[in-house]
Amino acid sequence: MAKMHVKMTVNGGEVEALAEPRTLLIHFLREQLSLTGPHVGCDTSHCGACTVDLDGKSVKSCTVFVAQANGASVTTIEGIANADGTLHVLQEMFREHHGLQCGFCTPGMITRAYRLLQENPNPTETEIRYGISGNLCRCTGYQNIVKAIRAAADQLSGKKEAAE
Amino acid sequence: MSAADGTSVQERTDKLEGLGCKRKRVEDARFTQGKGKYVDDMKLPGMVFGDFVRSPYGHARIKKIDKSKALALPGVKAVLTADDLKPLNLHYMPTLAGDVQAVLAVDKVLFQGQEVAFVVATDRYIAADAVELIEVEYEDLPCVIDPLKAMDKDAPVLRHDLEGKTEGAHGARRHHNHIFTWEVGDAAATDKALGSAEVVAKEFLSYQRVHPCPLETCGCVASMDKINSHLTVWGTFQAPHAVRTVASLISGIPEHKIRIVSPDIGGGFGNKVGVYPGYICSIVASIVLGVPVKWIEDRIENLTATAFARDYHMTGEIAATKDGRITALKCHVVADHGAFDACADPTKFPAGFFNICTGSYDIPTAFLSVDGVYTNKAPGGVAYRCSFRVTEASYFIERMIDVLARKLNMDPAEVRRKNFIRKEQFPYKSALGWEYDSGDYDTAFDKALAAVDYKGLRAEQKKNREDFAAGKTRSLMGIGIAFFTEIVGAGPVKNCDILGLGMFDSCEIRIHPTGSAIARLGTISQGQGHATTFAQILATEIGLPASMITVEEGDTDTAPYGLGTYGSRSTPVAGAATAMAGRKIRAKAQMIAAYLLEVHDSDLEWDVDRFQVKGAPDRFKTMQEIAFAAYNKAIPGIEPGLEAVSYYDPPNMTYPFGAYICVADIDVDTGVTAIRRFYALDDCGTRINPMIIEGQVHGGLTEALAIAMGQEIAYDENGNVSGGSLLDFFLPTAVETPAWETDFTVTPSPHHPIGAKGVGESPNVGGVSAFSNAVCDAFAHLGLTHTQMPHDHWRVWKTAQKLGLVE
Amino acid sequence: MIPAAFDYHRPASLDDAVKLLAQYGDEARVVAGGHSLIPMMKLRLAQPGHLVDLQDIAALKGIKDTGAGFEIGAMTTQREIIQSAALTAACPILKEAAEQIADPQIRYCGTLGGNVANGDPGNDMPAIMLALDAVYLAKGPAGTRELKARDFYESAYATKLKEGEILTTIRIPKPPAGHGSAYVKQKRKIGDYATAAAAVVLTMSGGKCASAAVSLTNVGDTALFAAAAGAALVGSSLDQAAIDKAVQAAVGIAQPSKDTRGPVDFRKSVAGVMVRRAIEAAAKRAR
Repeated sequence: MAKMHVKMTVNGGEVEALAEPRTLLIHFLREQLSLTGPHVGCDTSHCGACTVDLDGKSVKSCTVFVAQANGASVTTIEGIANADGTLHVLQEMFREHHGLQCGFCTPGMITRAYRLLQENPNPTETEIRYGISGNLCRCTGYQNIVKAIRAAADQLSGKKEAAE
Repeated sequence: MSAADGTSVQERTDKLEGLGCKRKRVEDARFTQGKGKYVDDMKLPGMVFGDFVRSPYGHARIKKIDKSKALALPGVKAVLTADDLKPLNLHYMPTLAGDVQAVLAVDKVLFQGQEVAFVVATDRYIAADAVELIEVEYEDLPCVIDPLKAMDKDAPVLRHDLEGKTEGAHGARRHHNHIFTWEVGDAAATDKALGSAEVVAKEFLSYQRVHPCPLETCGCVASMDKINSHLTVWGTFQAPHAVRTVASLISGIPEHKIRIVSPDIGGGFGNKVGVYPGYICSIVASIVLGVPVKWIEDRIENLTATAFARDYHMTGEIAATKDGRITALKCHVVADHGAFDACADPTKFPAGFFNICTGSYDIPTAFLSVDGVYTNKAPGGVAYRCSFRVTEASYFIERMIDVLARKLNMDPAEVRRKNFIRKEQFPYKSALGWEYDSGDYDTAFDKALAAVDYKGLRAEQKKNREDFAAGKTRSLMGIGIAFFTEIVGAGPVKNCDILGLGMFDSCEIRIHPTGSAIARLGTISQGQGHATTFAQILATEIGLPASMITVEEGDTDTAPYGLGTYGSRSTPVAGAATAMAGRKIRAKAQMIAAYLLEVHDSDLEWDVDRFQVKGAPDRFKTMQEIAFAAYNKAIPGIEPGLEAVSYYDPPNMTYPFGAYICVADIDVDTGVTAIRRFYALDDCGTRINPMIIEGQVHGGLTEALAIAMGQEIAYDENGNVSGGSLLDFFLPTAVETPAWETDFTVTPSPHHPIGAKGVGESPNVGGVSAFSNAVCDAFAHLGLTHTQMPHDHWRVWKTAQKLGLVE
Repeated sequence: MIPAAFDYHRPASLDDAVKLLAQYGDEARVVAGGHSLIPMMKLRLAQPGHLVDLQDIAALKGIKDTGAGFEIGAMTTQREIIQSAALTAACPILKEAAEQIADPQIRYCGTLGGNVANGDPGNDMPAIMLALDAVYLAKGPAGTRELKARDFYESAYATKLKEGEILTTIRIPKPPAGHGSAYVKQKRKIGDYATAAAAVVLTMSGGKCASAAVSLTNVGDTALFAAAAGAALVGSSLDQAAIDKAVQAAVGIAQPSKDTRGPVDFRKSVAGVMVRRAIEAAAKRAR
């Protein structure tokens, strides 16, 4: 089948490319744009390792065709850090609170948490758990991920981090 | 106390971030920024992609394979079948268990999902299209699914390639679907004790087939450099050196011409120990085509074709006195190994360390026999986040203790306490042949029971049962206890090897002139944080800050030979090698310091990060100063440089233990079990990094929850797999996962250089039985002694139904 | 898991979309959120030659309050339903159900139209539409038709929607103020389809149940409208006897198949429990 011309904004930059319409967004990002942060974990939209931000929504890029994302604005983990190059608070808090182990779910998890905190800057533990329930982690048991996201929320809202 | 340079011992110790420090992980900077390097992230010039045609049948004869349409598709480079591999003698590969496994199906398929043909194309989309174009004609054959019927007289013959082979890798085979029988202990004495016992409890316990299911599936990139006859394979390997040796033995390529690299690995949990057909086919394809070949399996392939775990069907008999003192234990296991015996166990242990099944208890007499059988299921039998078959063993004994407690009408905590191996009995020789290194079970158990207010919980449960009987509630409360003993750190070369390779491990350290260092190990982290913790071990040993020590693993061209990471062996074995290599560094450093300070080396003493003159602490040389001198001073009788390598052959296994208590509430009408509380006390000996230990416990408990409450790779009678995608295979989300409470005691290993025992797998080993015991306990007052896992909604409901609680 | 190749179309108007469907016939499939279709395509269980993406069609978006009810564009996402204060105030069961669908990421993409139109008995919204007595508007080459949700579902993946038609709008009558409703779903984990789920919408008047609608998810070939169960409640004070009767009536029409969620008797029993709990929750919420 013919390739189509795709144009989108990825991590703030304009991207143009030729791609088969059936190309999954995750493959387009990883293979054509070399943005290998988001991962493929399950292929069936259950694990969330491929989560990216698409026009302000968290989506599983393994279940989106590049054709559908044509014209959209996409943010991946590679675009989460602050404009000045410093790490986003979520990235710092995941490290601070040991919210990752093998690191495979981490890009999707942080990208999802980023959108969650945009929408709900002060989530309860239960809201965080539901908010990240589209992202599977096999290593951490989620406890420290929840802690990291809560800590990031505190930092972002200017509250003092609770002493350990 | 301040040193001469004005810093206190505490300040200098803190600066090292050594043993016991909650050091933040050095790995995290790349992972949190999406800069990890996993195998599927690799892109090499000219790289092509492989994909499999797989069997839709559980058992069928292959009548014909037509690859012409696939070969005609533009972009398709090759299609391999068993016929293409035969001339290379690569159609079968040796397994870790002394069997062979078809790389591509030879004449017939033996399980659904088995590899039949390997397609190579310029991209993964074309490869997938080509897979659809390959036409395979099958003739369906009857399947063997129930392992208990595998050795029936009229059971279909599965392995025609083994016809007439009466001797297997582990002794005589007595049936065409029989793999081995393994016996340990004293059968006659055990039978005698059972026959004369005051009380005997018997139960059949089935531990279902599950799968480690790391979030990253298996895969590799194989690249044959034909000019230099040099093969490089990057892949998801938990044991890269072993893969190199196997690859050399299979391919005939000399071992020095093979480089195996494990890049970042997205979780392993045992799934990435074995060698899979995808690796072999990628290597062959790269040799044939002369370009790099990438193969990455998808999740369904991962769950249905790569190594499963468990599938143990255990009959237990436990004898005791009326007052609860255990006198004997007997266990017979039917082990379902699938179509090929690809278990990852040390050679002499076809059932792994299942003979740790006497658990934490002083049981005078025991006998174990295990029958391994072939069925039409995927091969495997790996240790899913546990040491070899230890989760099965722990589940067996911890369930049997509860079964016995019901029979005796005693509290399960009381039966445990009565039978614990006492602190003064260590080192303890078990009836089935192990020597437990150290333990203090009573202290740990007391702490755990007090932490959860066990008496209070039982009182609450009594009230709950009264309320339930009175119709005031439809929820039943269960309290599950597990007191597990792990056996990890395989292992002593005298009795532990894999394919003849002794299970030592290694560390090589180079100290740089400016006082930083690199340590290379034969292990490979899959999320355990080795780069962080091994630097901590070394920091304490050699007095350089952990932040100045790079830890590198996974590249066979640079790392010393090691047996890899699984079975919680990295800390017990490679961690010990690291400490020992560090001590060699320190020994040489002492001689250098003596020269620099112009004293005899016996006049020096080690103090955190320096050697100082005994009685004159203001005269010292720091390790940093010594490092520079090692490269800068001509010291008589001492070679320049500061390097060391240590190969560590552990004198014994280590035996971590723990007390876990689970409180669950079961809605009998829906079968839904809510985990109200889970308390986990772990004793893993010396604690290297408490933050990482806690994280390991959280993760292991979550996997235990998944196994106990829902995971199952099930087959129907025709060999069709259910539970083969993440829709059905239960991986709990943050919502189903409770908050975990962790606690610890510290009983160092007496034989490990720093006293550490390993922890990554304990929570899975102890967790599964704690959950299962809680579910069984909820119904215990109604006469239930046992109900099979997984305790998913429908099975729990069925249990309630059998007890007459629901219609 | 790689889908087969297809041609992609993104029409800007409903008319263009209908034309494309007419042009390509059974080769064409519309895609809304894609989270039912794309997994099927990745498994190659669906291999449309032409994919018609509805995302640019403004007429398929938005939630309109018509006074008597709501007209919800088919492309309205589950998340937009959850976020609509007006919908939640007048008809809270929509939010309650939407929140139990899949997971957050999927709710950003998944649409109400897709959920009700593809005829998957595991989807949650059809039962809600049955309980609310919704009407679907379908546009095809011959114009727009109105289809009652209660007549729409024929069997698994088979509906009254004809080839070439697009479900454009979901018309929901507002339940009377003071009504009580509930959607109770049992599932194994987030992201799972229901073992069984029940929707109940009822009204009370002078201590008696004045109207009641009961429906079920994933215990049959389609979502099931349990008319007899509703009838059993009407006129009662929602006492145990009436609830028992309603549960019995609902379970009576449930025909789940055995699957990884459990055997038939279990799933039927759970259906009964879900109905009971939904009635009790709805009764508590009714004024």
